[in-house]
Amino acid sequence: MEPSTITVKKGKPEAIYDTFERKAGKDKLTTHYCPGCGHGRVHKLVAEALSDFGLTDKTIFISPVGCSVFAYYYMNTGNVQAPHGRAPAVGTGLCRVRPDSVVISYQGDGDLAAIGTAEIIHAANRGENMMVIFVNNAIYGMTGGQMAPTTMVGQKTQTTPRGRTVMNEGHPIRMAELISGLEAPVYVERCAVTDTKNIMKTRKAIRKAVQLQAEKKGFSFIEILSACPTGWKMTPKDSIKWIQDNLEPYFKLGTIKDVSAEREPMIKPVPTNDAEAIYSALGLQKGKTKASTDRAIGEKRIKIAGFGGQGALTAGVMLANAGMNDGLHVSWIPSYGPEMRGGTANCSVVISDRRIGSPVFESPNVLIAMNGPSLDAFEADVTAGGTIIVNSSIVERKVKRSDVKVICAPLTDLAADLGIKAAANSVAIGVYLGHEKVFERERIYDVLKTSLKKKEALALNIQAVDAGYAFAQGK
Amino acid sequence: MKKELIKGNEAVVKAAILAGCTHYFGYPITPASEIAQAAAHYLPLIGGTFVQAESEVAAINMVYGAASAGARVLTASSSPGMSLKQEGISYLAGAELPAVLVDVMRAGPGLGNIWPEQSDYNQMVKGGGHGDYKNIVLAPNCAQEMCDMTLEAFDLADKYRCTAVLLTDGSIGQTMEPVEFPDEFRPAPYKDWAVYGDAKTQKNLISSIYMSIDALQALNRRLQQKYAEIELKEQKWEDFMTDDAELVVVAYGITSRVAQNAIEELRAEGRKVGMLRPKTLFPFPKKRLAEIAQTAKVFLAAEMSAGQMIDDVKLAIECKRPVEFYGTCGGSIPTVEDIKNSIMAAYKKRIG
Repeated sequence: MEPSTITVKKGKPEAIYDTFERKAGKDKLTTHYCPGCGHGRVHKLVAEALSDFGLTDKTIFISPVGCSVFAYYYMNTGNVQAPHGRAPAVGTGLCRVRPDSVVISYQGDGDLAAIGTAEIIHAANRGENMMVIFVNNAIYGMTGGQMAPTTMVGQKTQTTPRGRTVMNEGHPIRMAELISGLEAPVYVERCAVTDTKNIMKTRKAIRKAVQLQAEKKGFSFIEILSACPTGWKMTPKDSIKWIQDNLEPYFKLGTIKDVSAEREPMIKPVPTNDAEAIYSALGLQKGKTKASTDRAIGEKRIKIAGFGGQGALTAGVMLANAGMNDGLHVSWIPSYGPEMRGGTANCSVVISDRRIGSPVFESPNVLIAMNGPSLDAFEADVTAGGTIIVNSSIVERKVKRSDVKVICAPLTDLAADLGIKAAANSVAIGVYLGHEKVFERERIYDVLKTSLKKKEALALNIQAVDAGYAFAQGK
Repeated sequence: MKKELIKGNEAVVKAAILAGCTHYFGYPITPASEIAQAAAHYLPLIGGTFVQAESEVAAINMVYGAASAGARVLTASSSPGMSLKQEGISYLAGAELPAVLVDVMRAGPGLGNIWPEQSDYNQMVKGGGHGDYKNIVLAPNCAQEMCDMTLEAFDLADKYRCTAVLLTDGSIGQTMEPVEFPDEFRPAPYKDWAVYGDAKTQKNLISSIYMSIDALQALNRRLQQKYAEIELKEQKWEDFMTDDAELVVVAYGITSRVAQNAIEELRAEGRKVGMLRPKTLFPFPKKRLAEIAQTAKVFLAAEMSAGQMIDDVKLAIECKRPVEFYGTCGGSIPTVEDIKNSIMAAYKKRIG
């Protein structure tokens, strides 16, 4: 919308409260800003655009930390006040939850260009559907006139009492240029609320950004050079001249990036409330799992170990799953923390007829060692009277312990005989179940049926379980 | 629902979605990353949103924004990440915003390592950020409780307009166990104080700044009343063989699982030992501990830290009984023998 086509309304725009009831003190009619401060002008331009486009009630306005921390005194919109520098992150949360609203992050130079640098860069880089109003007055106002990242070289502030030096503080940061270097932002402009001509340009830029927001075209950034007569220790009149003489030559005014014509609106997802769809997405199945068993199996603490790719961890998950479906208590934990040793992939499985204590244990009563290093690492830990199943296809040495039951089974060879070497873990399960019937073999078949989609792989793995089972039974 | 064998960390995400959580904002860190990964997988399937933030600080502030807008929102991290989030947590408390956080604790201080520890107790239970505030802190000790307490956390957070934290550790998060998820999906409730970006909530303000001493005092009074109400109503615990116990172990999380084994073995030897397992750390189960202190002769606080929860045990029983301590730092999970030995040492020292 061009300025010439707008009907001029008298009085305050509806997006600014008539009286400022949230403001402390008796005076509810004037703002808390100092004479000559640019914030009031910028507030009014934003409010006017929202009012003219009929977007006041759809707007969520974020007040930052700094002099405009009280913007919510004035803006007749939904208001959220954010921690210092975090407004673009807060805005991200807001516009992801309310994609149909207009989200405005209003920030000063300390907030946006110092403590909140990461938040602004990444909100811009994600192309969040929000607009950012960046009021650059080259100083910290609220805290009493300290250096900002945009303070000019030579400018005296409370923390650069002899003037900013390049050696100590570096150069002033040009945020609009930095933001425009990113791919996602749709519109980046720098303006100044100085003279009438520039205020009108600011007005136009803000209206454009509001419109792009409503059209869901993504991230807009309007940097506005603005006076801080109090911080600068100048009269309002001199402040305007100081902007023109000092800030404008360094912070060039104008459109820095505008790709709005080529951008399509981005429609963000809306969460479903359809319970069926949600349960299906989560892969949850209706029905009941067998709650308990009356078989007394005691507590089996099974350590399964091998080198990566032998399927030791998967074998553990299969055993635990089958035990669960048979009404037993189960737990499975992969090698973790101090449990990790010897360069073997291993997991700890507990299958029990009663509530399980720790899923992590020191002494297994069953060890399935699928390679040599696994036997070396865990042989000594097995409880007396326990069982060690050794993959004799690979492990060359004998088990040293004489107080445990040892089953030497050629796991890899038995799997290879079936033409599926990768199923050595299924053979191992078969051997274990053939030795100790914690549950029927069929429970493993059931687990294989749900985890293996290919018929051939399923059939071969069932054969592998059977081969291991037969081996153990034949012993 | 049929039971699913699932890691505790993943159970959190499924439970959150069934509790009406639609948004997750987080930053990767071991051993909590599975929560982010599960959120990244499942949330888009239901039209929800997962955003990997640029930092922990940004993530918690995205949570602040999403909570302001009325969503049920989740984030998770591990100890160093939770330290970074503390600024945002204080603001959430100040603005009285509900959110659910999961802390999968790891060993510290500093970068420490990814091994489990329980040394975030003070930073999560006592506050951690600036100002007088508290989180509701739940302490799951199995995958089923990772699910159940996630559901509960969303309800508590909304009920009291506060942050609710699941304080867990790598071993509980990584263990696969059977979980029965709820049969009912509960969409997020409408929150009349939130900013929805519509005419109805246009007058609402989310803020933690107060411009008069009176107003800030009023906020603090309201917060303290809220915490007092939570202390009164929300204490939860599990008694394990405490009835006739002369020695009562107090332990939570993975330590309570190991302690269970130790107690079972000592009971088999005829020792009168039991365990009081706090399921809520704030509020701490003071009522039950005070009752037990009337009959038990000695307590043993067992935790994977240099001694943090032990202070709350002493306060709960007003130091009327001796409180012995077992602690381990640096990432090692206590063995059953460790706990048995410390129980027997305390037993011999105090009971004979």
